[in-house]
Amino acid sequence: MYRYDEFDARLVRERVAQFRDQVARRLDGSLSEDEFKPLRLKNGVYLQLHAYMLRIAVPYGTLSSRQLRQLALIGEKYDRGYGHFTTRTNMQFNWPRLRDVPEILDLLADVEMHCIQTSGNCIRNVTADHFAGIAADEIEDPRPTAELIRQWSSLHPEFDYLPRKFKIAVTGAEHDRAVVRAHDIGLRILRNAKGEIGYEVMVGGGLGRTPMIAKTIRSFLPKADLLAYLEAVLRVYNLEGRRDNKYKARVKIMVHEIGAEEFARRVEAEFARLDGPAIAADPEEVARIAAYFASPAYETLPARASGFEAAKAENRAFATWASVNLFTHKVPGYAAAVISLKGIGDAPGDITSAQMRVVADLAETYSLDELRITHAQNIVLPYVKKDDLFVVSQTLVEVGLATANAGLITDIIACPGLDYCSLATARSIPIAQALAHRFADEKRQLEIGELNIKISGCINACGHHHVGHIGILGLEKSGQESYQITLGGDATETAAIGEILGPGVPADDVPDAIERIVSVYLAQRTSGETFIEAVRRLGLAPFKAAFLEKTHAPA
Amino acid sequence: MPLLDRNGSKLDDWTISEDGTADAPRILVAFEHLKDALAGNGRGRRIGVAIANTVKADALAPFLNDIDLVSIAFPAYGDGRGFSIAKQLRHAGFKGTLRAAGPLIADQFAYALACGFDEIDLPQAQAARQPVEQWVHAAASISNTYQRGFGAENILDARHAARLARK
Amino acid sequence: MSTAKRPPLPVILLANDLLDGEVVFWTGTHWSPEPKDARIAHDDASATALEGAAAKALSANVVVDAYLVDITTDANGHGVPNHYREKIKTEGPSVRRDLGKQAGLYNIVRSGT
Ligand code: SF4
Repeated sequence: MYRYDEFDARLVRERVAQFRDQVARRLDGSLSEDEFKPLRLKNGVYLQLHAYMLRIAVPYGTLSSRQLRQLALIGEKYDRGYGHFTTRTNMQFNWPRLRDVPEILDLLADVEMHCIQTSGNCIRNVTADHFAGIAADEIEDPRPTAELIRQWSSLHPEFDYLPRKFKIAVTGAEHDRAVVRAHDIGLRILRNAKGEIGYEVMVGGGLGRTPMIAKTIRSFLPKADLLAYLEAVLRVYNLEGRRDNKYKARVKIMVHEIGAEEFARRVEAEFARLDGPAIAADPEEVARIAAYFASPAYETLPARASGFEAAKAENRAFATWASVNLFTHKVPGYAAAVISLKGIGDAPGDITSAQMRVVADLAETYSLDELRITHAQNIVLPYVKKDDLFVVSQTLVEVGLATANAGLITDIIACPGLDYCSLATARSIPIAQALAHRFADEKRQLEIGELNIKISGCINACGHHHVGHIGILGLEKSGQESYQITLGGDATETAAIGEILGPGVPADDVPDAIERIVSVYLAQRTSGETFIEAVRRLGLAPFKAAFLEKTHAPA
Repeated sequence: MPLLDRNGSKLDDWTISEDGTADAPRILVAFEHLKDALAGNGRGRRIGVAIANTVKADALAPFLNDIDLVSIAFPAYGDGRGFSIAKQLRHAGFKGTLRAAGPLIADQFAYALACGFDEIDLPQAQAARQPVEQWVHAAASISNTYQRGFGAENILDARHAARLARK
Repeated sequence: MSTAKRPPLPVILLANDLLDGEVVFWTGTHWSPEPKDARIAHDDASATALEGAAAKALSANVVVDAYLVDITTDANGHGVPNHYREKIKTEGPSVRRDLGKQAGLYNIVRSGT
């Protein structure tokens, strides 16, 4: 993974000193709260319901063992012994004090981490496929591109006061695991007819109040033109994006209002004026970054790992975990293991400091010292030898992290909702917990198969509910929490926004409502058909009918 | 209003004259009177123009050789359009003075300079809360950044130079 | 604050401590992290006094996000927020009863003045 050189290190240290100074100027009144707020947000500090919250960048979801241990320490020393992984693969602490944040930032800088631009109206933490470098369907590893963009977008003099936040995601594979079409800019690495590698550039995706799927504005952008092209897109947006209404300020609205073709025309006109080579990183710099992501030294192993097969035959729980939580590695004899942060009854994405240390140790011993955070709020050990999987899973069992549900109905994405978030209109975590309990039975989960439930506690959609196969949005209806349910969303390369099934239901009715929807699928599916495939084939109608039919539970 | 540049406070020797009729050596005119002011400029006055951040850089292009200052309004510190306009004007070859006028905050000073601004024209209240020392300090708080084309130095070129030196 | 519509009476004044973030309540003389210490305004004049206290504390950079919350008094005469959001804000996360005020855990170093 990428390591800081002296320049990266100095910039992050200077940023810490700058924030310390900003806090001091806030306290002495030089900065008003209105002026300080965007400055603290650009450094990841929110004021939430009960306390400040600190959001730490985990660039494209990659962490080393040392970094995770440092997060564990911060959680213990400055927080309440746990942290929360978000759908943007960042880590959030829920209880830091503003006075302690500069010290926390120093601790982060010690392990080459920071909170730069994890919030605010600027370019946010870049995300990428969490199986980068290990997926068999990859054209090129997206992480060097993501790292180049991370650097280019950090403290960008021109683009730090945009109309609204701006999110970029990169995928290098055919199968999109980075939800790129739900981003302000989505980049897909591809190969053209001549065999050259470049990017498909998609603009104007985003969830929130007005969910939109990004549109392609350039079907092939040569790699060397990336930074100049991004500069052109951001300049057009910075100058012409709407600033009159916060809810219309994302680039998706501009793209929608003037049309993708006109937007592309303006970008191309700006791009044509720019001196591309004067903006681009030179090839040696690109190569320097890419070298950090070179394939590790894999051992030559047989595809069939005998120890692994024997353990599966002997231990049913392990066999189930292995069948659900492993991702096929491009190298024979290896696997990527998903550590579910969705234990039945847990808050999705939460992890204690003690668990962080165990996971860090596992990564160090069994996964080349590296781990990945996924947008589904889970952790991946990317390079585990199959014969080591049993030991790994047994350690995970001991700390309650061996839930076999990756991709299944209880692998629920949920934002913090009203239990923590000051913008929330309703709670999300209790809904996730109730659903997990309802569908806890392992056999039943396997029978239902792949099904993504995603929950947001307000229209901002941090829980990505629009692209959940089943989406749940918490709202307020006449002073009560009410949950709106959508169906048919899709977060992959066939991205789609879910449709609303009917009026909102109270929290207590959510599990029954989901149960009725799932029953339609189980009754009507053809052999091998997944939930989302069935929804596409059957259409909304049968599900809607089942959703609307009230449960007549005996009083 | 108080004026400052990278060295600290500065005397404002420009006279605001929206319609361009004032008899002064340096007059700052409104964009809609720029053409007339330039046309009637037989007296060797220096002309500057004050623009809203909705004026396109292209609209100023025909005049860039004839004006000495462009003052770009920042209606609020959170409205970053001025940064892009400054960048475009510099890219179009404007060599005169670029002024950012409005309630910016000290923490934006380095960005403004990097985008091509020379000076900041602050409202009185802002300047009173954020003394000039804070601005000079803030401008120097980050010694180098990643972007090429924003200011004299950048990390990418410094890495390049280090690579050459090693060869 | 002054532009926000005043909620129905009775009301209390709450805010977050600027340095520590803790939710604090105006007692009439100072800010306390204890919800039961909150001064309850039953009439317009007392509510106006709360608004005055809020404005003063905001401009003195002691607290942030100060606003009035409508409450119902419980058997002990303490104010309990009517809205579920403010109730959670006053107690702590409903999914972690071991954290926040409900568990006697405060995040505050000094109590504001
Ligand atoms: S979706 Fe709403 S409630 Fe959930 S984290 Fe985002 S802003 Fe908060």
